[in-house]
Amino acid sequence: MSTYDNNMSLTGEPPKALNTGQKLATLLGMAGLGILVLNLFNLSFPNSGLWLTISLVAIFAGIVWFSQAAYGHKSKGIKNDGVWFKSMSSRGVLAWIAGIALTGFYVVLYFYPQYLGLVKDGDNTGVIALFDPLSKLLSGNPASQWFVYGALYTVAILAFGIKFIWKYRHNTYEKIRTISVMFFQTAFAFIIPEIMARLNGDLPYYDLKNMWPLNYYNFERYRINSFVDGGDIGLAMLIFGVLSIFVISPILTFKFGKRWYCSWVCGCGGLAETAGDSFRQLSDKSKFAWKVERWVVHSVVVFVTLMTTAVIYSYLGNDTSKYWLTKSTFLIGVGSILTLVFAWVMIYKRQELQKDAKYGAIGYFVIIAALIGMHVFSGDGNIFVFKSETLRKSYSFLIGSIFSGVIGTGFYPILGNRVWCRFGCPMAAILGFQQRMFSKFRITTNGGQCISCGNCSTYCEMGIDVRAYAQKGENIVRSSCVGCGICSAVCPRGVLKLENGPLEGRINPTEVLLGNDVDLMELVNKK
Amino acid sequence: MEHIVIIGNGIAGVSAARHIRKNSDKKITIVSTETEYFFSRTALMYVYMGHMKFEHTQPYENWFWKKNSIDLVKGFVTTVDHKNKKLTLREGGELGYDKLIIATGSKPNKFGWPGQDLKGVQGLYHRQDLEKLEANAPNNKVCKRAVIVGGGLIGIELAEMLVTRNIPVTFLVRETSFWNGVLPKGESALINEHILEHHIDLRLATNLVEIISDENGRAKAVTTDKGDTIECNVVGLTAGVSPNIDFLKDSGIELGRGVKVNRFLETNIPDVYAIGDCAEQHEAIGNRRPIEAVWYTGRMMGETLAQTLCGNRRSYNPGHWFNSAKFLDIEYQTYGWVFSERGMKDYEQHFHWRHATEKICITVSFDKNTKKFLGINTFGIRMRHAIFDRWLTEERGVDHVMEYLKDANFDPEFYAVYEQEILAQYNAEFGTSIVPKKKSWKRIFERV
Ligand SMILES: Cc1cc2nc3c(=O)[nH]c(=O)nc-3n(C[C@H](O)[C@H](O)[C@H](O)COP(=O)(O)OP(=O)(O)OC[C@H]3O[C@@H](n4cnc5c(N)ncnc54)[C@H](O)[C@@H]3O)c2cc1C
Ligand code: SF4
Ligand code: SF4
Repeated sequence: MSTYDNNMSLTGEPPKALNTGQKLATLLGMAGLGILVLNLFNLSFPNSGLWLTISLVAIFAGIVWFSQAAYGHKSKGIKNDGVWFKSMSSRGVLAWIAGIALTGFYVVLYFYPQYLGLVKDGDNTGVIALFDPLSKLLSGNPASQWFVYGALYTVAILAFGIKFIWKYRHNTYEKIRTISVMFFQTAFAFIIPEIMARLNGDLPYYDLKNMWPLNYYNFERYRINSFVDGGDIGLAMLIFGVLSIFVISPILTFKFGKRWYCSWVCGCGGLAETAGDSFRQLSDKSKFAWKVERWVVHSVVVFVTLMTTAVIYSYLGNDTSKYWLTKSTFLIGVGSILTLVFAWVMIYKRQELQKDAKYGAIGYFVIIAALIGMHVFSGDGNIFVFKSETLRKSYSFLIGSIFSGVIGTGFYPILGNRVWCRFGCPMAAILGFQQRMFSKFRITTNGGQCISCGNCSTYCEMGIDVRAYAQKGENIVRSSCVGCGICSAVCPRGVLKLENGPLEGRINPTEVLLGNDVDLMELVNKK
Repeated sequence: MEHIVIIGNGIAGVSAARHIRKNSDKKITIVSTETEYFFSRTALMYVYMGHMKFEHTQPYENWFWKKNSIDLVKGFVTTVDHKNKKLTLREGGELGYDKLIIATGSKPNKFGWPGQDLKGVQGLYHRQDLEKLEANAPNNKVCKRAVIVGGGLIGIELAEMLVTRNIPVTFLVRETSFWNGVLPKGESALINEHILEHHIDLRLATNLVEIISDENGRAKAVTTDKGDTIECNVVGLTAGVSPNIDFLKDSGIELGRGVKVNRFLETNIPDVYAIGDCAEQHEAIGNRRPIEAVWYTGRMMGETLAQTLCGNRRSYNPGHWFNSAKFLDIEYQTYGWVFSERGMKDYEQHFHWRHATEKICITVSFDKNTKKFLGINTFGIRMRHAIFDRWLTEERGVDHVMEYLKDANFDPEFYAVYEQEILAQYNAEFGTSIVPKKKSWKRIFERV
């Protein structure tokens, strides 16, 4: 964020310079970050509690001050001036620097936490040691790399959340939604699990708002064991985990669309919407990208389903007298649920599925075949030739770390803020499927008012070509839409409204829009 | 195979091409000089402001045209020879056609002001104007002040654009209040205030007299009829547009201000049609103008003509009038007819409500004798097109509109609502005691 001059295609010097307030604020925030970096190089500070506080406060205050300097003096309204001129938000040099730095951070975090100062047996050093006082305050334990990450993540969502609210202060939907993600991150993801760990050390770390398949590890043996060992609370948590994916989320998605999760509750979504807001315009809107998206994200769903099934399968027994759920009952159960869903969709919802029906069928049969294969060919802990453990490990490496962290967040400044949510998140795919098939949510297009300007498509972080629907007078009912509401906010003609209405007429392909005489509309739409 | 040639790749020409393709496999060629691909003219401002890159203004990806076998030719048509059904291109070569659609749009008006062709003086219509502006006014060092002449929709867009680069703007408006030939006075006043809030030097009831040149043939100042001389580096001429049809002068195609067409969008020459900004109806349709230079009508004319050319002859028969715009931060929508004091019908009466502090207001117009609802303007509140279209078709009374106003609200969820306040004022003014009905999905999505 400086006045670095990277030349645009057109001549001239567009509005991209920072004002004095913004520069000073950047300095302050960078100073806070600097303290962390110094610690990284083991320049250990004597009073870590104090320095941690100084550092976090400086980062937080820097961001808030920056927002005030950027938006405070302007009248309320859309604040996208110069977005495509600023190096940071238009894939300029700064964006690449930030992208590389973030990516590097994730690589270290996931694979080399020792460089952050993690010490397995003994006192932490470096940055992690700096966070020890805070961690001890909350859970009583020394910090881990995940604690450091969680704390910084929360600070980012809170500070950039304030920035976002400032930016969209004319838009109540955006304000309430952002307060919601700030709350869920701070309370559910950060504080409550730490406190629970303090109260009941047997319980696994559980961010209650995280559900399978986002927390793909939730039903692994060690977790199930500790749930069971955790007594009533543990059991309740386990039941809640199962209910949240099979009951709670379908109901909420039916009523509100997947936005209730993806842009109101989820932590990944929370970071994308706040810290990632400056990068939403970078998402790829081409039809080709949409095609890639559908293949990749649905493959991840297949992958995670198989992996989880295999993992659970591997620790179940064969003897009904010991425990009612055996290997074969479990496989049959999974197969039946999938078959029910598949049959229901094919019978009642074929139309919504259109061309995707074929892909849905492929996915279904791959899973079923694999389930049968598991049953026929697998010895203990094996699926075909793979060990279930290998499957789990590769999932957690490829999807859990590389995709969601390194690419998903590290590449914000290059690929946009929702790459993970769009291409990788199996949870988003499942909720999206429900949203498309069975939900009251849609974005209503306001008759014939669209002027095809393209603001909506440009600022859709999910890369949905909103304009393609709006200019035809068609509602937007897309599985990937996270309901962020920005398309509606930036539309200069009041064309788009996110709403939960009746199912009938939700999907409304029209050819001639409102404004023409009624005869012509009938004539063309009949065809 | 019949060959349909369309001159102009704007919304009118492209809508016609798309719908002809949907209904037939005729050969379609679009000739246009401005850009290779269709883009949204209405979005030009956002490119200068940095909200979008130019490519974002293109509604279709580049492969679209080939896939739908719509041939694109970049070139300027210099003459139309309708006897031999041939066009000549400035770039060289000829192009034959079986049916010709003229969709050449508009060009900015120039009223013969002294100095109007100096360097640094420009309009805002074509993509090339955007490039010019980028050269003339890249920042506030090169352009220390800009003067905009003509207080319409394009003028205020140009002002907004320049302000994003901190360029001081003086805005000369002929009328006594902004756009008051179209807007009723309450609304016009609200926009005046908003313009000032954005630190734009608004000069009402002021006309341009002359643009003064420096020694290099560049504009350096303007003089006004108030006797002021205003130093500036850029002069934006935004006093309306007129049909871009000079190349047709000697073609034998009947011209008025635009290309004269009947309700079937046919010109006086068989197999030659005109649509969009450049078409002029022999007789205005309803309260509409003979030349309708807006996006929506261009699209509708294109859709209608496509039907005709595909064997289903239709007249251009637009439904209820609607339009929208944005004045800096304030969105404006209109449905039906609300005239300004200047154009008001003798049977027309208005109800105006304005928020006490926010820049939000509405004006409802109705027939003072029958109380029939005629139209609504809203500022800072979005309304549902389908609902107002239905009420206009059903010829509802203004009381009905007031009672069911909640059904029509289209603001994002959780926005503050004002129906209660609006209705309280309405009841007080007209001695009614209408209670607003709760919003009903059933009514909203009722099929009519
Ligand atoms: C800055 C701006 C903002 C606007 N905002 C709005 C708005 O918010 N809402 C709204 O309703 N309307 C708006 N309008 C008006 C709207 O853009 C026009 O009504 C609409 O674009 C007209 O479409 P068209 O297809 O008739 O012509 P055009 O879009 O003008 O297309 C005609 C094309 O034909 C080409 N051409 C002309 N002559 C020849 C020739 N001899 N040979 C080859 N090619 C030729 C031109 O170069 C041009 O590319 C706006 C206009 C401008 C300039
Ligand atoms: S379509 Fe609109 S609401 Fe949905 S993700 Fe895109 S911008 Fe957000
Ligand atoms: S932002 Fe609004 S007017 Fe522009 S293309 Fe999208 S829906 Fe249409």
